[in-house]
Amino acid sequence: MSVADEAPQTAAMNAVSRKFARIDMFYRNITRASAFAIFAVLVGVILSLYFGAKPAIDKFGFAFLWTEAWNPVKENFGALGPIYGTIISSAIAMILAVPVGIGIAIFLTELSPWIIKRPVGIAIELLAGIPSIIYGIWGLFIFAPLLQTQVQPMVIEAFGDIPVLSTLFAGPPFGIGMITAGVILAIMVLPFIASITRDVFDSVPPVLKEAAYGLGCTRWEVLWNVVLPYSRVGVTGGFMLALGRALGETMAVTFVIGNTHRISASLFAPGTTISATIANEFTEAVGDFYLAALFELGLILFGMTFIVLLIARYMLLRMQRRTGG
Amino acid sequence: MTIATPKYHRRVLVNRVLMSLSVLAALVGLTALVIILTTLVQNGIAGIDEKVFTEMTPPPGSDGGLLNPIYGSIFMTTLAVIVAMPLGVLAGTYLAEYGRNARIAVFIRLVNDVLLSAPSIVIGLFIYEVMVRQMGHFSGWAGAAALAIIAVPVIVRTTEDMLRLIPDPLREAATALGAPRWHVISKVAFQAARAGIITGILLAIARISGETAPLLFTALNNQFWSIDPNQPMASLPAVIFQFAGSPYENWRELAWAGALIITAAVLFLNIVARLFRSPEVKQ
Repeated sequence: MSVADEAPQTAAMNAVSRKFARIDMFYRNITRASAFAIFAVLVGVILSLYFGAKPAIDKFGFAFLWTEAWNPVKENFGALGPIYGTIISSAIAMILAVPVGIGIAIFLTELSPWIIKRPVGIAIELLAGIPSIIYGIWGLFIFAPLLQTQVQPMVIEAFGDIPVLSTLFAGPPFGIGMITAGVILAIMVLPFIASITRDVFDSVPPVLKEAAYGLGCTRWEVLWNVVLPYSRVGVTGGFMLALGRALGETMAVTFVIGNTHRISASLFAPGTTISATIANEFTEAVGDFYLAALFELGLILFGMTFIVLLIARYMLLRMQRRTGG
Repeated sequence: MTIATPKYHRRVLVNRVLMSLSVLAALVGLTALVIILTTLVQNGIAGIDEKVFTEMTPPPGSDGGLLNPIYGSIFMTTLAVIVAMPLGVLAGTYLAEYGRNARIAVFIRLVNDVLLSAPSIVIGLFIYEVMVRQMGHFSGWAGAAALAIIAVPVIVRTTEDMLRLIPDPLREAATALGAPRWHVISKVAFQAARAGIITGILLAIARISGETAPLLFTALNNQFWSIDPNQPMASLPAVIFQFAGSPYENWRELAWAGALIITAAVLFLNIVARLFRSPEVKQ
C-alpha cells in the first residue's frame, strides 16, 4: 500500500506522527547533549589542571609530594606543608564535629519533643547554607583573639610539663593556627553531619527499634545496638561527604590558618592548607613554575576529594542495597 | 514487679549519662552557631547605612559603600543562573526520564556528584586556564562562568530527584492517551515537579551567592564602578575577603556589612525555597 493510496485522514495522522517523532528525537538529543556536557566539563577540569601543572610536574616529579620547601625566589616548591595542613585541619574538624553531630542527630530523632524537633531541624538545614566566608571572618575577628588572649595561654601553661601534650600545645599563643582552623572547620561541617546523620537515623525501620524496646532495652542500648549498626554504612558515607567538604574548604580556613609553609608539631602553630595556599598566592605568583606548582596543588586537592567522594558513594550505595531503596 | 538489680541500675545510669551528653552536644553545637549569627548581625548592622547601597568601595580611611560589589555579584549570579538553568534542567531531565538506570546514566550521575563536591577553588583554576589565560585578562564573564559550573550540578541533582518523585503511572496515563514522549515529559512530568525544580534553582542561586574562591582569579576584583563584563568585576565575597584581611577600620566595618548582606540574601533564598517545596511534600 503506497502513500498515494492512503486516505487523507491516515496521511494526516502519519504526518503528525512523523513530526512528533522528529520533536521527540530533538528533545532526546538535546537532553543527552546536556548530560554529556557535564562529562565534558569534568574532563576539562582534570585536563586543565594537569596541563596547568605540567611545568611543575616535569620539574619536581613525585618528590613534590614530600618536599617541605616553598621558595618562590629559587623556584623550589614542595607540597608537603599544604598537604599536611589540609589533612590535619580536616582531621581536627572531623574529630570535633562527628561526636557533636551524632549527638545532635540523637537529640533530634530520639529526645526532642515534637515542638522543638521541626524548628531545630530546619535551623540546622538553614545553617548548612551559610557561606563559608562568614565563618572565616568570625574566626578572624572574634574567635582567634579569644583564643589568643584567654584560651591558649591557659592551655600552654597547663600542659607545660606534661611530656607529649606540651609539644602538641606548645609555642607562642598566636591565636591563629592549625587548631583554630580545625575548630572553625568543625563548626562549618557540623550542620552537614547532623543533617545527614539525622536522615539516616530516621530511615531505620521503627519495627527494629520497637522490638529492642520490647526486650527492655534503654534508649542508649537501642541506639548503640540497633540504630547505629543498621545505619553504620550510611552514616559513614555522610561523614566522608563532610570530610570531602572540609578538605576543599577555602574561605573558612584562609583567614585563620596563619599561612606558613612550615610543618610544626604544635597544634597552636600556623600552617597552611592547599586551598588557602592557592587562594592567597595565586594572584601574586610570578614565573611559570610558581603558577604551575599552585596548579599541581589544585590537582592534588582534586584527587583527594575525588577519592573521598568515591568511597562515600560506594558506602551509600551499599546502604541503599541493604534497605532496598 | 520491678527488677532492681545493680546491673539494671547501671544500665539506667549509662543511659542517662549518654542521653545527657547528647543533649549537651546539641546545645554546644547550636550555641556555637547562634553565637556566630548574633555577632554577624551585631557587627553587620553597625556598618549598614544607606551609603552602603549607594556609594562605591572607598580607599582605606574614607567613607563609602558596597555598590559596585553588590552590582557585580547580582550580575554574575544572574548570568550564571541563566546559563546553568537550561543546561542543568535538561541534563537532569535526561537522567530522570531517558536514562533512568542505564549504565550511561549511572556514569553521568557519578560525574555530576564529582563536580558537585569538587572544591570550588579548583573550578576557579579551570576557568582561569580556559578563559582568563585565553582572553588575556580577568573578566566578569569568567566569574560568571565559574559560578555557572558550580550551579549546574546542584540543579541537575535537584531536577532529577524531583522528577523521580513523580510516579510513573502519571506518565503512563498520558502515554495511553496518545501523548508523544516530549509531551509526557514537558506537559506532565515537568508540571508536576515544577515546584521542586524551582526550589532546586533557588538553592543553586543561594549556593553561588556565597562563593568566594572561584571568583578570586576569574573576575578578580574591581575597586571602581564598572558594568563592563569584559573587565575585572567586583563581587561581595571578594570584597569581603580583601577588606576583612586589612588593617583599616572602615574597610573592616564594610566587610561585616557585606557579610550580613550575603547571609541575609542566602537565608532568604533558602527560606523561600523551603516554602515553595512544602506544599508539594505534604501531598
